[in-house]
Amino acid sequence: MTEKRTFAPIFRDRYFLSNMRNTFFSKIILVTALVFSLGSFANDNNEPQENDSQVNSSEEIQAYISHHLADSHDFTLYSYTNDEGEREHFGFPLPVIVWTSQGLKTFMSSEFHHNDDGHVIVDKDGVKLTKIHSKIYELEEGATAVSFDEEHHATNAHKVWDFSITKTVVGILLAGLLMLWGFSSLARGYKKSPIPTGFGRVLEPLVLYVRDEIARPNIGEKHYRKFMGFLLTVFFFIWILNLLGLTPIGFNVTGQIAVTVCLALFTFFIVQFNGNKDYWKHIFWMPGVPVLMKIALIPIEVLGMLTKPFSLLIRLFANITAGHAVVMGLVAVTFTAREALGVGGSLGVSFFLTLFISLIEILVAFLQAFIFTMLSSLFIGMAVEEHDHH
Amino acid sequence: MDQLLNDFSPGLFFMLLIILLVLIFLMVKFAWKPIMNALNEREDGIKSALEEAENARKEMQNLQADNERLLQEARAERDAMLKEAREIKEKIVADAKEQSIIEGDKIIAQAQATIESEKKAAVADIKNQVANLSVEIAEKVIKEQLSNNDKQLKLVEDMVGDIKLN
Repeated sequence: MTEKRTFAPIFRDRYFLSNMRNTFFSKIILVTALVFSLGSFANDNNEPQENDSQVNSSEEIQAYISHHLADSHDFTLYSYTNDEGEREHFGFPLPVIVWTSQGLKTFMSSEFHHNDDGHVIVDKDGVKLTKIHSKIYELEEGATAVSFDEEHHATNAHKVWDFSITKTVVGILLAGLLMLWGFSSLARGYKKSPIPTGFGRVLEPLVLYVRDEIARPNIGEKHYRKFMGFLLTVFFFIWILNLLGLTPIGFNVTGQIAVTVCLALFTFFIVQFNGNKDYWKHIFWMPGVPVLMKIALIPIEVLGMLTKPFSLLIRLFANITAGHAVVMGLVAVTFTAREALGVGGSLGVSFFLTLFISLIEILVAFLQAFIFTMLSSLFIGMAVEEHDHH
Repeated sequence: MDQLLNDFSPGLFFMLLIILLVLIFLMVKFAWKPIMNALNEREDGIKSALEEAENARKEMQNLQADNERLLQEARAERDAMLKEAREIKEKIVADAKEQSIIEGDKIIAQAQATIESEKKAAVADIKNQVANLSVEIAEKVIKEQLSNNDKQLKLVEDMVGDIKLN
């Protein structure tokens, strides 16, 4: 008895510790389970279809994939058909902000009732707005319904300037907040001690990696500091968003062409504004070649100026889009191969293929962020390089 | 390409443009600048600490070398001193031996000379005494002989026979 009593407090302490650890792990497990359950729900059809809510044929799968790849005005986590045969959407609406012919209009996306093919028309002080394939259109004066031509283009409506907080914008803001939170805490940590603690230990080597492996060797010891802000921001921005895109929440931010164009334009302008005399000389008056050649090289070099950021934006866009499409296509194997392999077989095949590709996608997420930053710093390095050997 | 252009949302583009500009500004202000400064400071600190350690090590090495050299010198000096002392000792001993031999010879020679002179003196003394005795004897003999001629002769003869010179 006495022994028991002496050991009891220790035992209790241990139990307390393990309990704490258990709660931490159980939280992780809970989140993982949640994510995976959402993932299984993501297999459900997001697209409201009047008759059949199941995605079975390859056309439907294709439509579903292209729907996911596009931006969305709602934040739908999953949807299902209830017993009455109605589509139920689980998620939340996002604000729509559009600049129409009558000025700025704002409302919540729930007013479209998840309709995405122009059947629901929202009337805002005489401005009739509708949503077709994730784009908001304003109906022409007097029209009450959208009419389509053979190629399913709206004939009596035109696109408006859409500054909505779409799912993509939510993803961007989320990534931005995560970065600000994570890295400002790392920065604050340095005030206390020169060695970071906690999560900063993970972040610091990444920052050092960008600095020592990407910026320094490509830009050069002399100039690299000036560009660190841009390069670090872009690297973590792309990486975090690529990784967010792999979660079943279903962000597809870096697979939006507008996003990659914007990122590449940043690189483009930074390169042009920091290009030194040598850089411009190499474009407009190439040294060391005959005069005729110099003139012939001007258009080529100017084209090269533009193709560099263009390759950046296409590479990122195409890689992420392809990755998402492949993952979803492999998930769809569950349905397409059901007849050939049976339910269990198609599920198993789909599971392992998706798992395999997802692992590769995790690598690609980093790789694309790395390549974008790497090439940006390479282009900057070429612009600020001093040619003393000419 | 048509699809791509259709997918391009100018609204999203401008949203991102503004968000990115703000994000870069905020990140530079609150994260990258302090992080970069802290990292550089830390690296400079490490570099200077390493340099200091290297300098200290070199200094230690120098000191050690100095010590070693001093020790070597001291040892050499000690050896030299010992050697010198040994030489001196040997020399002293040799000198002393030689001196003593010379001294002994001298004493012996002196003793011999003394003995010689003593002997000469003794012989001379004996000769004197013999002469005196012989004179005295001669006187007595003569006195006796003078009374008896035969006796005188016999006495002289006996006396002379008694006196034997060593």
